[in-house]
Amino acid sequence: MPYVFNTDDEQAEMLAAIGAASIDELFNCIPQDMQLKRALNIPAGLGEMELTAHMQALSVQNKSVNEQTCFLGGGSYDHFVPAVVDALASRGEFYTSYTPYQPEVSQGNLQVMFEYQTLICQLTGMDVSNASLYDGGTAATEAMLMAMRITRRNKKVVVASSVHPEYRQILKTYFACIGTEMVVVDCGAGTTPVEAVAQVVDEETAAVLIQNPNFFGNVEDMATISEIAHAQGALLVCSVDPISLGILQRPGDAGVDIVVAEGQSLGTPLLYGGPYLGIMACRESFVRRLPGRIAGETVDRNGKQCWVLTLQTREQHIRRENATSNICTNQGLFALRAAIYLSVMGPQGMQDVANLCTQKAHYAAQELIQHDRFELAFCDGFFKEFVVRDTQNDVQQLLQQACKNNILAGLPLGQWYDELEDCMLITLTEKRTKQEIDDLVNVLTQ
Amino acid sequence: MRNTQATNLIFELSQPGRCGVCIAQSDVPQQDPAKWFPAGALAASAPPLPELTEPDVVRHFTNLSTLNMSIDTHYYPLGSCTMKYNPKRNERIAAFDGLAQIHPYQPDETVQGMLQLLYGLQDMLAEISGLPVVSLQPAAGAHGELTALMLAAAYYRDRGEKRTTVLAPDSAHGTNPASARMAGFDFVTIPSCSDGRVDVEKLKEQLNDQTAVFMITNPSTLGLFDDQVQEISDLVHEFGGLIYLDGANMNAILGITRPGDFGADMMHFNPHKTFSGPHGGGGPGAGPICVTAELGAYLPKPIVGFDDGSQTYFLDNDRPKSIGRVRSFFGNVGVLVRAYSYILSHGPVGLKRIAENAVLNANYLLSQVKGFLDVPLGNRCMHEFVASAESIGKQNGLKQPAMDIAKRLLDYGYHPPTVYFPLTVHEAMMMEPTETESKQTLDAFAKTLETIVQESPEVLATAPHSTIISRPDEVQAARKPIMKWTPKQD
Repeated sequence: MPYVFNTDDEQAEMLAAIGAASIDELFNCIPQDMQLKRALNIPAGLGEMELTAHMQALSVQNKSVNEQTCFLGGGSYDHFVPAVVDALASRGEFYTSYTPYQPEVSQGNLQVMFEYQTLICQLTGMDVSNASLYDGGTAATEAMLMAMRITRRNKKVVVASSVHPEYRQILKTYFACIGTEMVVVDCGAGTTPVEAVAQVVDEETAAVLIQNPNFFGNVEDMATISEIAHAQGALLVCSVDPISLGILQRPGDAGVDIVVAEGQSLGTPLLYGGPYLGIMACRESFVRRLPGRIAGETVDRNGKQCWVLTLQTREQHIRRENATSNICTNQGLFALRAAIYLSVMGPQGMQDVANLCTQKAHYAAQELIQHDRFELAFCDGFFKEFVVRDTQNDVQQLLQQACKNNILAGLPLGQWYDELEDCMLITLTEKRTKQEIDDLVNVLTQ
Repeated sequence: MRNTQATNLIFELSQPGRCGVCIAQSDVPQQDPAKWFPAGALAASAPPLPELTEPDVVRHFTNLSTLNMSIDTHYYPLGSCTMKYNPKRNERIAAFDGLAQIHPYQPDETVQGMLQLLYGLQDMLAEISGLPVVSLQPAAGAHGELTALMLAAAYYRDRGEKRTTVLAPDSAHGTNPASARMAGFDFVTIPSCSDGRVDVEKLKEQLNDQTAVFMITNPSTLGLFDDQVQEISDLVHEFGGLIYLDGANMNAILGITRPGDFGADMMHFNPHKTFSGPHGGGGPGAGPICVTAELGAYLPKPIVGFDDGSQTYFLDNDRPKSIGRVRSFFGNVGVLVRAYSYILSHGPVGLKRIAENAVLNANYLLSQVKGFLDVPLGNRCMHEFVASAESIGKQNGLKQPAMDIAKRLLDYGYHPPTVYFPLTVHEAMMMEPTETESKQTLDAFAKTLETIVQESPEVLATAPHSTIISRPDEVQAARKPIMKWTPKQD
């Protein structure tokens, strides 16, 4: 047994100290008819060498983004991760520790949380950040629930159809249980129509949820939608792409009340979808309604500056059924990765990466639409993703052809939007080279 | 060795003009972004992040790491959290390109190895739980609970029943009531008997046609197996309700007994505990749920399917009764990969030995501390037990003896047990040694505890004495919360 210490002799000594005749006796509290009187039907245990070979064999059956060119996005992005992120986050003192219940021996994690919260505030322009949630989708849902608590309005929320379809599915699942109506504003022209928002937001609306840049890559008018929401006493919740904040206006500067984001772009690999990082930040006045862990500054009994988990009376282990959420962990390891990433990137690095993404996206779009087969579905106000229409309406065939040429060309949108059956979402990160973009265009126009 | 000079806040290290990365020049023609975006969409300046070099960042975070206790460095008997050794082999495996560098929207045919792995994990969790249908999507144990309760709500809606109440014992994790509320249920607490088991008579009084789900943690947070669980299940089922098993303590019963065999209809696993995913300073976890065949149709989608005809794995989204999604993409795959690897490292024999040694270690530690610490719920336990420091406090006049002992343990280089939980035991100290600690470690820990309870109250009340800080003022932190750094005013 690889990780168990007790030898047979030690087991015997321990049983003697306990006063038990055998290990089986320790399980006598489980009625015999409930005990499984057979071995579990799972594969036999493997030594490290065989295990590693088995896992390697599974691994090579997957084609990684290092073996093909990835233009897939939609909330999960192939951005470059500097080596320092892996090197530092893989220190055992970080990844084999737990929630800092004992601040005296957790100042490292607590200071990281405090720094992470500050970095997120700097990036988003918000007043307060929590120490993270599960992922972007659940963060968006938690933000809407939080807005309902703040406004004391439970009946209705408004959501733009340009919000990630999976995020909207999560909201739908949660709302099915509590009976909140979700009014979806159609964004058929690629951005959220502000007049349509104004028509559906009323004094029963708790919040409006938009995404910026939205699922189609387009930039939304946060400030105007914020005014519309506020005029009816509703809040504006905005899901953002943290990379875009290298060049785009910060949501905190545009009247957004609660900002959420999928933080995977900040130093976490693709991981087939998780674990990722749910970012959530809000205005100062809402902090006592914020779900999740929060680190705060204080002093110890000798007056020394230090950090603790704070405002715990919001949380489930104190408030139980009256807690702000059932969430009792943060994504500590990924908040750490984001903190390292943002620290090493700095303002210049974030600006440069964001600029590269948008330059490459526009170059790719311009190259592609020089061919008659393709046109932009929407305007050119996109950041790093754009929707392209195949006028021959054969997206699946195009994607398969590209896949054979080791290119993940894009995300077919018909699975979520009927009217975009002939469209795909193409994503450019700073990693994509001009050559790779030219190859993509060649393959799609062969 | 820690460098005591290097723990400033990272913002205090910032110097204008420094940069930790050098981003490549654009290889496409540079255009003016202003022409693409409406006025005001672009920021006037870059975000005001700190400016540092790579060596600054490395030294800063490396030194911060040394301020943490962790499994790699310390004994960490934090009850209910199953802080066991995190195998290094799983870290190397999880970082394989083919497992870490794949996009969640890649076509199924390009990720057959991953789908095979996840399908295999679904099968193994079904067998370990005795509940045949599995969703790997929930992101944490609490998320699994919530998902299962939403599933129960969908099941009743489908049957045209309106059931409003979720019940759980008073020893339950705080997530149980919080999840019940989020899933739209009323919550009722059922008291425990003095022996720590569910008070079945009190439960009977609360059962009726409004009963949706009874949530039970078994083994309980008191470290006891409630042998009435089958009777409780039968009772709840008689009223048409469902049994949810909080699988937080599965480490104690792997291969010994299965929730599906003692009446549970739904449960979650905590792979970061039972199957040793690193806790990461507070996450990530994962919260796969296993349910009966009847409830399987309502699980979140997608789940991984296998097509016999083509002999290929696929993401099955064609599940019309599904409650929908509870998370974006597939789930916390990185944690699931480690769980799969961990289960395969052990096999049926090894998994059972985990439970046996976890229970042996806990009982042994109990036998070594009961001479000087009260253990109100008896001389035997499962994977953990709850001691009470109440009588120590009475003897030496300490007002918070469990807290004081916990803080003093830090001076001796131990992470303390969980204190003040469960709420049903006064001055609770919940100890879970796990199977990956040696008899020598347990002996030394017990001896240290014995020393501590005999120390003077003054020493305990002001402990810890050797850590970099001592007893932070949490009241001040909450009264005037400072949750981010701000530049000092000159």
